[in-house]
Amino acid sequence: MSEGYYDNAPHSPSANGNGNGSLSYNGDGRSSAVTSPNGGNDTLISSRAISPSAYPVKSEPGVGINGSATAPAQQQPARKKLASWVGFSNLPNQVHRRSVRRGFQFVAMVVGESGLGKSTLINTLFETKLYQPKNIPAPGEDRGKTVQIESISAEIEENGVRLKLTVVDTPGFGDFVNNDESWKPIVDNIEARFDAYLEQENRVNRLKLVDNRVHACIYFIQPTGHSLKPIDIEFMRRLHTKVNLIPVIAKADTMTDDEISLFKQRILADIAHHGIRIFQPPQYENEDEETIQENEEIISKVPFAVVGSDSLVSSPDGRQVRGRAYPWGVIEVDNEDHCDFVKLRQMLVRTHMEELREHTNDVLYENYRTDKLKAMGVAQDESVFKETNPAAKQAEERAMHEAKLAKMEAEMKMVFQQKVQEKEAKLKQSEEELYLRHREMKDALEKQRQELEDKKRRIESGRPLTPEKGSQKKRFGLGK
Amino acid sequence: MAASLVSSQPEEISAAQYVGFDSITRQIEHKLLKRGFQFNVMVVGQTGLGKSTLINTLFASHLIDSKGRTEVDTQPKQTTEIHALSHVIVENGVRLKLNIIDTPGYGDNVNNEGCWDPIVKYIKDQHSAYLRKELTAMRDRFIPDTRIHCCLFFINPTGHTLKPIDIVVLKKLAEVVNVVPVIAKSDSLTLEERAIFKQRVMAELQFNQIRLYPFDADELDEEELQLNERIRDMLPFAIVGSEKSVIIDGKPVRARKNRWGVINVEDENHCEFIYLRNFLTRTHLQDLIETTAQIHYESFRSKQLLALKESSAKNQQSAATASA
Repeated sequence: MSEGYYDNAPHSPSANGNGNGSLSYNGDGRSSAVTSPNGGNDTLISSRAISPSAYPVKSEPGVGINGSATAPAQQQPARKKLASWVGFSNLPNQVHRRSVRRGFQFVAMVVGESGLGKSTLINTLFETKLYQPKNIPAPGEDRGKTVQIESISAEIEENGVRLKLTVVDTPGFGDFVNNDESWKPIVDNIEARFDAYLEQENRVNRLKLVDNRVHACIYFIQPTGHSLKPIDIEFMRRLHTKVNLIPVIAKADTMTDDEISLFKQRILADIAHHGIRIFQPPQYENEDEETIQENEEIISKVPFAVVGSDSLVSSPDGRQVRGRAYPWGVIEVDNEDHCDFVKLRQMLVRTHMEELREHTNDVLYENYRTDKLKAMGVAQDESVFKETNPAAKQAEERAMHEAKLAKMEAEMKMVFQQKVQEKEAKLKQSEEELYLRHREMKDALEKQRQELEDKKRRIESGRPLTPEKGSQKKRFGLGK
Repeated sequence: MAASLVSSQPEEISAAQYVGFDSITRQIEHKLLKRGFQFNVMVVGQTGLGKSTLINTLFASHLIDSKGRTEVDTQPKQTTEIHALSHVIVENGVRLKLNIIDTPGYGDNVNNEGCWDPIVKYIKDQHSAYLRKELTAMRDRFIPDTRIHCCLFFINPTGHTLKPIDIVVLKKLAEVVNVVPVIAKSDSLTLEERAIFKQRVMAELQFNQIRLYPFDADELDEEELQLNERIRDMLPFAIVGSEKSVIIDGKPVRARKNRWGVINVEDENHCEFIYLRNFLTRTHLQDLIETTAQIHYESFRSKQLLALKESSAKNQQSAATASA
């Protein structure tokens, strides 16, 4: 093996359920000696082992992938060896129980000209008369001018698993003389559902998220036998980035085998030529043989040539089957030789329903959300994505911290200086004031002395009584 | 073909001896055989409904190729490319000059507004070409007849009802040409669905007052009237076309082979191709040509000549007022 480390990350964003769970510990794992990417002295042994069911085998205690010494420069989490059985391999079962409790939701949209058997196919797929027989407008009745969007919901249950199935129908598509813009109501509806989900995500209380986004769009192609019509190409080009497109050839009992295979080839060529992305079942590396083969078979039959029937007829060998009875034979819906209905049901319901939902959530919805938020002017904060190296980050932080401290210090110094100056100024001012007062007082004192001297001379010369004596005496006391 | 006099009918007398003027039928036949017959048929319908295949099946020979788009980079055809293909088929010494007019691109675009205009224009052009040839002073002894004698209209086998575009086009076409509607690729409908679909289509056509061939005229006798009745009950014909042969019971028949059965094109229980073929070629071929000449062409002609007279009268008036 060329890989140094056993990769822990999921292979694709949508492989969270399978990706992590498919690592398992097996007693006879293969092992090989590889050198660590560091080129250091450590030789690491990594064993890669997958169990057939792609799920961790519960009863294998004490065996694990040998831990690898993580160099501080690497970013892989540390691999530890288990000493005994812990039991977290039971996680998938817990997820399973929780999902079953919550129930599942699935929204499918059917698009195509009227009379191609859309309602019949839905009834056939889910074995229930979801659609009542259509009400054909009487001659002269107004049939409306635009494509309508109608949706029907049903809660169906099988083996304790509840599925809330919603089917969105688009009557009127392709039926008018002028079909320009006939996809506009459909695109608007899909985007409205995305918007509703986006709004739910932004609510304060997000406990109950209702997922009404369209998970799959089944497009019905008329069995002309030539190739796609302009309206088909136009519609698919506009919708393949917003929804999982599954094209099917309707009423395939009109065509012989050769015609069907030629038609399919031409349709795929047209789709490739116009760069339309239809839903492809994703391939994972860790799947088992059976699943891989099933997937390949499904992919080889795209687009599916289907026949729908919700009534029972008797086949030539006496069985009661779902099918259509013609004077020249009976075509059975559930027979893989007769049509591709079984494959469509397998892909849509039995194997890839969850894939469809995930792809809608992880890719289509995210793209829509990014575009919408960018359009609203929300800027992306790029600094979140910078690679973080712990040591460098610490040094950086320290430097930053020190710079901050230095700045604070400088600031404080400045403030200190300022205060000191202020105080100085104030003190000087008060000093001057005091000095002034001192001088004043001195002057006053001088004056008093002079007066006293006068009085003294007067007293020595004549002894006149003056009322100022008392006050003079006082003054003397004060002056001293 | 002689118009019967409504007033006093001359007495019918039988000659005393055999004169021999009953050989006029053979003389006419001889002449006509030398000249050959001309039949022009037009097929109208969306791409992929099997128009070319049906023509090839009707006349049991490969006359036209399918005009479907097979390569990714070819553009879808536009309705302006209306061409006529000519073939001469010989059967028992009778030469039939067959003109097939295909209308590629009808109803294929996203916006089909006015896609029927080129078709109606083409039909009217043929009438006007014939009229011009007729009105010239020195005209040919035998004017080549390119007028459309029959228009086969292909209906999509949805099982519900007619599409809005079909109703519009049928209305326009029924005014200028004999229209015969057929349900294309009817092997996608079971027998019950077929019956319901036919009812709905006929109700729709009656509601929109679309006149379909065959028309009833006074001079038809009981038998022919009954035949027309039966044809009208069967309209629109539910057909399947095929050029390939499959061996059934040791005989090669034209059929479509699937994994669950073989659709025999010539079996009346499977589809109504036989009735259509008999109708077009064995019983009503002459009538179609005649009706085109007598009804559609005449109405076109009278409209044109009246318009001509009016415009020339106006010109004279204006000339008179100008000179006065």
